[in-house]
Amino acid sequence: MSQGTLSSPVAPAVVSPQSTLRRLARRNSTVAFLLTLPLILLVLGLVVYPFFYALYLATLNKRMTRFIGWDNFTFLFGRQTFWDVVFQSVLFAVSAVVLKALIGFILAHVLHALPAKGQRKWRGMLLVPWVIPPAISTLAWWWLFDPSYSAFNWALMGIGVDPVPWLGTSGWARFSVILVNVWYGSPFFMIMYLAALKSVPDQLYEAAAIDGATGWQKLRFVTFPMMRNIISITVLFSLIVTFANFDIVRILTNGGPLDSTHVFATYAFQVGIQSGDIPLGATISLFMFPLLAVFAIFILRGVNRRNKEMA
Amino acid sequence: MAQVTLRKVVKAYDGGVQAVKGIDLDIADHEFVVLVGPSGCGKSTTLRMIAGLEEISDGEIAIGGRVVNDVPPRDRDIAMVFQNYALYPHMTVFDNMAFGLMLRKFDKAEIKRRVDNAARILEIGPLLERKPKALSGGQRQRVAMGRAIVRDPKVFLFDEPLSNLDAKLRVQMRTEIKKVHQTVRTTTIYVTHDQVEAMTLADRVVVMNGGIIEQVGPPQELYHNPKTRFVAGFIGSPAMNFIPGRLENGAGALRIHLPGDIVLPVPAERTDRYKALAGREILFGIRPEHLTEAKNLDRPHVAPMTATPEVTEPMGMETLVHFKIQGAEICGRVDPGASAHPGRPLPMAVDMSNMHILDPQSGRVL
Amino acid sequence: MSATAATSTYTPVERKQGSLKRERRWAMIGAYIALAVFVVFFMMPPFHMLMTSLKSSGEIADLSGNPWLVSAPTLQNYWELMTEGNYLIHFRNSIIVTACTVAITMVISTLAAFALARMKFWGSTTLATGVFLTYLVPETLLFIPMFQIIGGLGLYNNLWAMVLIFPTMTVPFCTWIMIGYFASIPKELDEAALIDGAGHLQMLWKIFIPVALPGILAAMIFAFTVSWAAFIYPIAFLVSSDQMVLTVGIVSDLIRADTFQWGKIMAGALMAALPPLLVYAFLMDYYIAGLTAGATKG
Repeated sequence: MSQGTLSSPVAPAVVSPQSTLRRLARRNSTVAFLLTLPLILLVLGLVVYPFFYALYLATLNKRMTRFIGWDNFTFLFGRQTFWDVVFQSVLFAVSAVVLKALIGFILAHVLHALPAKGQRKWRGMLLVPWVIPPAISTLAWWWLFDPSYSAFNWALMGIGVDPVPWLGTSGWARFSVILVNVWYGSPFFMIMYLAALKSVPDQLYEAAAIDGATGWQKLRFVTFPMMRNIISITVLFSLIVTFANFDIVRILTNGGPLDSTHVFATYAFQVGIQSGDIPLGATISLFMFPLLAVFAIFILRGVNRRNKEMA
Repeated sequence: MAQVTLRKVVKAYDGGVQAVKGIDLDIADHEFVVLVGPSGCGKSTTLRMIAGLEEISDGEIAIGGRVVNDVPPRDRDIAMVFQNYALYPHMTVFDNMAFGLMLRKFDKAEIKRRVDNAARILEIGPLLERKPKALSGGQRQRVAMGRAIVRDPKVFLFDEPLSNLDAKLRVQMRTEIKKVHQTVRTTTIYVTHDQVEAMTLADRVVVMNGGIIEQVGPPQELYHNPKTRFVAGFIGSPAMNFIPGRLENGAGALRIHLPGDIVLPVPAERTDRYKALAGREILFGIRPEHLTEAKNLDRPHVAPMTATPEVTEPMGMETLVHFKIQGAEICGRVDPGASAHPGRPLPMAVDMSNMHILDPQSGRVL
Repeated sequence: MSATAATSTYTPVERKQGSLKRERRWAMIGAYIALAVFVVFFMMPPFHMLMTSLKSSGEIADLSGNPWLVSAPTLQNYWELMTEGNYLIHFRNSIIVTACTVAITMVISTLAAFALARMKFWGSTTLATGVFLTYLVPETLLFIPMFQIIGGLGLYNNLWAMVLIFPTMTVPFCTWIMIGYFASIPKELDEAALIDGAGHLQMLWKIFIPVALPGILAAMIFAFTVSWAAFIYPIAFLVSSDQMVLTVGIVSDLIRADTFQWGKIMAGALMAALPPLLVYAFLMDYYIAGLTAGATKG
């Protein structure tokens, strides 16, 4: 700095300031780099490295002594259980997300129509399933599904319906894990949609009303277009999270009966951690990656677009 | 001593776009200089380069004789008032004003003395414990100025400080700023797009356009003797009228021939100045205030003219009449008493002593 | 509206008002019924949890009683959890892990978000995008290699492994939303601070953190809930009861072979759910702000 001051009256203030400026800029970059360093280390060390390590693990034999290339993958392709897991994961994720999106949308709309004061109270109660850690709330569901003490069955018998084997048969167990996931996840959709609804300016509805739009037309031509982006972001995000779900299935059924409710995460856990075949477990987990990557790219596009809209 | 000197200052962005294209400016100690121009003319960029918020691409800026190109803002000994005030929302008015002093490690008593003094000048004493949220626009503006005053810097920089205020408050705060400057006498550089603010506040006005300085001078000089079509059109409201025409030499006197067979005599004392232009296409410039209802026609420099207003706008103390001369939009200011009605021919008078002749190609005032 | 208007025989204005009002009232009643149905559905498990936790094991085992109601409420389950077994240790472990995770998360993400929001440097945009993508990586994708890595570090079955790993679940999202909050602070504010003489860290500490406090609180709440609810890493990496956190400790300690101590499980679960519920109840606006910020900020 002092250099620049001294030299500039002599040299026509082009050479020295440029270099000092560059030095200043470099110092700025250094500060910025130092500030982000912990983040970079964390991401590299505990996300990027484990990911590549997983790729490496997937090429080893069960005792991790030998490179076996694609054998883990081909082994899985030959197993019926694996294909069941693929089917169940997709079924679980898709049906749960569709239901959550639907319920969330309805609830958000109903809430949005309420007067502001009561809205807060109802919203407060409706978000409770999302607030309780799923590993904890699933315990309550587990108890509600208990074969002999099920409080649901007690109520059903009260109205003359036969008891339901909630977790006992493949069909009902699949239904039950989806039900619990819907219970847990709907509030999230509700709150996202509610935020989106609130961001639609009232004037738009007033303008539409003056243009003669009915309630349905307002929904179709004003609400939906304004919310489309946030709906798709939320759905894609929820697809990732639901597809990769672990807690609910693990606690309720642990994959049973007859592996019919296993999703990728619980299957990988059972094979990799419980049965000790770490390479095969890593391989199963990795199968989630391509699908999730596609979803992630779409989310990123949606978020960027939304940011542009908001700007 | 705090003069500010700009030498061939350039601001170029990465794409090669130049926001400021090499300007020279000398600002004297205690002077109040206003940079004015349309948005995108480079006035704010220039101010921000002086503040140190933008890097200087080329050239040199000196404050108080010291070249500050590489000096960070905090060491330039300047204070700045922003358009949106930029008050720290989590601090009280007192803390907002004290923040800069605190960072410079002034002792508590001195900080208090300075803040109280600034609060007295700006009449915001009772607000010191409030948060910015609880202040009105005008009060925030005062606090922003207070924050500048307490620092007792070499230079005050104002970046469109009044544009967020409503019209009435703007006029009031304009006076306030002028009063403060008369009290503290700190060199001030003030950026605005509002030529009225520029005219009322400045010792000297710097008119910028497209990254260059069009003209520098005291307000009256810019008004009476603009050097370019841009300055002539920018200063004064409503803007100066420009009518394409021709200068003819007839019987020893110069005449301006305008479309629609309007012929206006050039005052005799300007004959020498314009003689060489005889026979050329010119742009005739006349301010609306010199285009009035027919009056003073007996005076030497006043020429008669008839126009048919398309629109009239009564302003109270005067009425604006808009008419066209061969496609050129013309505005005149007439007395409300003169019966100006749309569609009805109105006899008018042109005060030729205040006319301007411009080169239609270069836009220079001849 | 049109149907009622068509049958109108009274003066149109009055009639119309009446039908509008009535229609609105019916819509409201419908809305409240829909809400009530969902509130019952949503509150059923926690309610049943509470009822069970207040029952003695005798009452739970009695098949003739109403499972939804408690006839002889007792705090015995809570008392036993507090006085015997490892429940308090699990609770303490959860607190330790969560407190450390929140602290680490806030330091890392505040610093990074400040740099990413305000200093343009080489690769800053890429890094911000990378942070967001990292947030989308579910922990179930990486827990197996992580198992090996933790084992390699000698941290298997060690509480502190959680403190090391949990930030991977919290930091990306917190950084992402804080970039958004910081970016929403007007640029003039840091320019004013710059002119007032503040350095980078002073600007962060004296301006950004106080001004973005609501956002920081939202991020903290997010980090807290994620860390408190974490399940797959604890269940994969912690095996001895004294190292466990609540989410895994309750089940592992209260289910011995085939005997389920449901009363105590529910009491333990309820108390484990209490901290997030309390945070939610008292800081609902920040909680929701953090929840919705991901898609709208940044």
